[in-house]
Amino acid sequence: MDKSAISVRNLYKIFGPNDRELVEQVKKGMSKTDLLAEHNHVLGLKDINLDMPAGGIQVVMGLSGSGKSTLIRHLNRLIEPSAGEVYVGDDDVLRMSAKDLREFRRHRISMVFQRFGLLPHKTVIDNVAYGLAVMGKSAREQREGAMGWIERVGLAGFEENYPAQLSGGMQQRVGLARALATDADILLMDEAFSALDPLIRTDMQGVLLDLQKDLHKTIVFITHDLDEALRLGEKIAILRDGEIIQQGTAQEIVLKPADDYIESFVKEVNRGRVVQVETIMEPAPEGANTIGLTVEKGSIIETAARLMSEADVTSAIVTQNGTPIGRVTMRQIMAAVATPNLKEALAA
Amino acid sequence: MEWLTEFPQIPGRELRQLARSIDQQYRAFSRAWGESIENFFRPLLDFLLWFEDVLISTPWFIIIAVLTAVVWFASRSKTITAGTMIALVLIGLFGMWEPTMQTLSIIVVCTLLSILIGMPIGILMSRSDKLQAIVNPILDVMQTMPSFVYLIPIVMLLGIGLIPGLIVVVIYAMPPIIRLTNLGIRLVDKEVLEAANAFGSSSWQKLVQVQLPLSLPTIMAGINQTIMMALAMVVVASLIGVRGLGQPVLQAITNQYFTQGVLNGMAIVAIAIIFDRASQAYGKRLQRHREAAHG
Repeated sequence: MDKSAISVRNLYKIFGPNDRELVEQVKKGMSKTDLLAEHNHVLGLKDINLDMPAGGIQVVMGLSGSGKSTLIRHLNRLIEPSAGEVYVGDDDVLRMSAKDLREFRRHRISMVFQRFGLLPHKTVIDNVAYGLAVMGKSAREQREGAMGWIERVGLAGFEENYPAQLSGGMQQRVGLARALATDADILLMDEAFSALDPLIRTDMQGVLLDLQKDLHKTIVFITHDLDEALRLGEKIAILRDGEIIQQGTAQEIVLKPADDYIESFVKEVNRGRVVQVETIMEPAPEGANTIGLTVEKGSIIETAARLMSEADVTSAIVTQNGTPIGRVTMRQIMAAVATPNLKEALAA
Repeated sequence: MEWLTEFPQIPGRELRQLARSIDQQYRAFSRAWGESIENFFRPLLDFLLWFEDVLISTPWFIIIAVLTAVVWFASRSKTITAGTMIALVLIGLFGMWEPTMQTLSIIVVCTLLSILIGMPIGILMSRSDKLQAIVNPILDVMQTMPSFVYLIPIVMLLGIGLIPGLIVVVIYAMPPIIRLTNLGIRLVDKEVLEAANAFGSSSWQKLVQVQLPLSLPTIMAGINQTIMMALAMVVVASLIGVRGLGQPVLQAITNQYFTQGVLNGMAIVAIAIIFDRASQAYGKRLQRHREAAHG
């Protein structure tokens, strides 16, 4: 298995002193409500199985209380599970000794927090260098390592400021730089952008995606915002009441919501930014060529629509590596964006 | 039906016997161990005497210069620094220089001792609820037990002098630093601590880099309280032979020297205010990073 791939198996978390004994009862089918009423224990996570590929962005989405922050804290063992397994590469995170766990957290996995978690008494540069200081690097290495990342996240000139002197967006850039500075392959982001204004949030999503193009880290991103999940996530898992109710790509979630709960979320989504051209295309007509307007497979229909109106045409050929594989029309795009139920629209 | 109106107490003879046997056992203990305990404290006594001697034998203007400089660097406040200088000059003019230096030395040593013992206890308490449950009532006893009561066993054990005086002052002055160290560490933002954990900090790294710096304002308040309580004990400690500003006050009480009492009392107040303002201003300066200029 790839060194930075994460795999979670049959993970349970119950909050309370007798969690390990009560897991058995939950496995036998005791509900969250009964667990609370009869044993005064809270069910946090139930039978979580999740494979996160190395070098990609896995989003875990859920509303507050769904257990998403609990789940991410199992990956670096800030929370001990009641039962189950967590593997990073071939290493069993739950079998690590206290010392191994410290080394693992220092070098292989780092984290960005919702409310930043910066050290208020340290300057920006000392905050960014914190992980390096914990590793025992020299003052010079700390400075050099930190400066590079401060510039990379666009905070050059602010290195001697204290966190309280910065805006929320800038503080989270410090948090991001601190997490990247340790050179860990895995980046955990716990609602990292949720505390920011909408505009700053979009901005930070862009910063993250740009960095990811070069860095190819394994990123686990927690959010309660579906738009954020769809924009960032190569894979998305949706969590509700401690259980994963659907996993898949953004398009799969939007087009085939597993239940009414997810469907109610998905209704409000801008499909134009999620649905890809090959999903709605019709077979390419006889003798289709690539002389006219073409769009590459994997493009979102919003882009296709924009290209079509710019070129003042009503259809485009979908290509894969230069060969035509189908055709999309403006009518199909409009139907996909406008109709709540895409499957019916396509069938009509 | 006598027991209805009279509390059914243990008979007086038995009580007296009980008290006598406890006293005898304690006396035997102090006879057997008094000297070794005294020897144990000998280095501390030597240090105290040396420090007192340094303060008294150094020319007065140097002492004033040094103290003023210390206050200036701690507080960076012109008012507090000027007040310190004026107070010290007045103390000298009214003939209280030497007892003031003696009091100053015992306060400094007691405060250092309280911090040295109290802070580690506070740190341990912050890590264990069990320890906190055990230590808290002990601190309550230390603070509320009339100090004259624990003077008795200490004097029985060590006689009259500086060391027993020191112990009495430290017992009385140490609880605030323990309590506020414990409280300060427990109040450190959980998310900051979680971040420190997530980056693989050892518990020592967490203590030194996160918990102590962030609880420093609270700990400073504890140190401030400790100094104030130590000063409040100066007069009581003079009962068992601690020299300084307490003794003239004691003398004034027994002989009804009103002016002498007031003057020495004012000197104690002056020292208290200097310590208080300087340490509080220092604590506040440590908090500069919290003064946000939100952009």
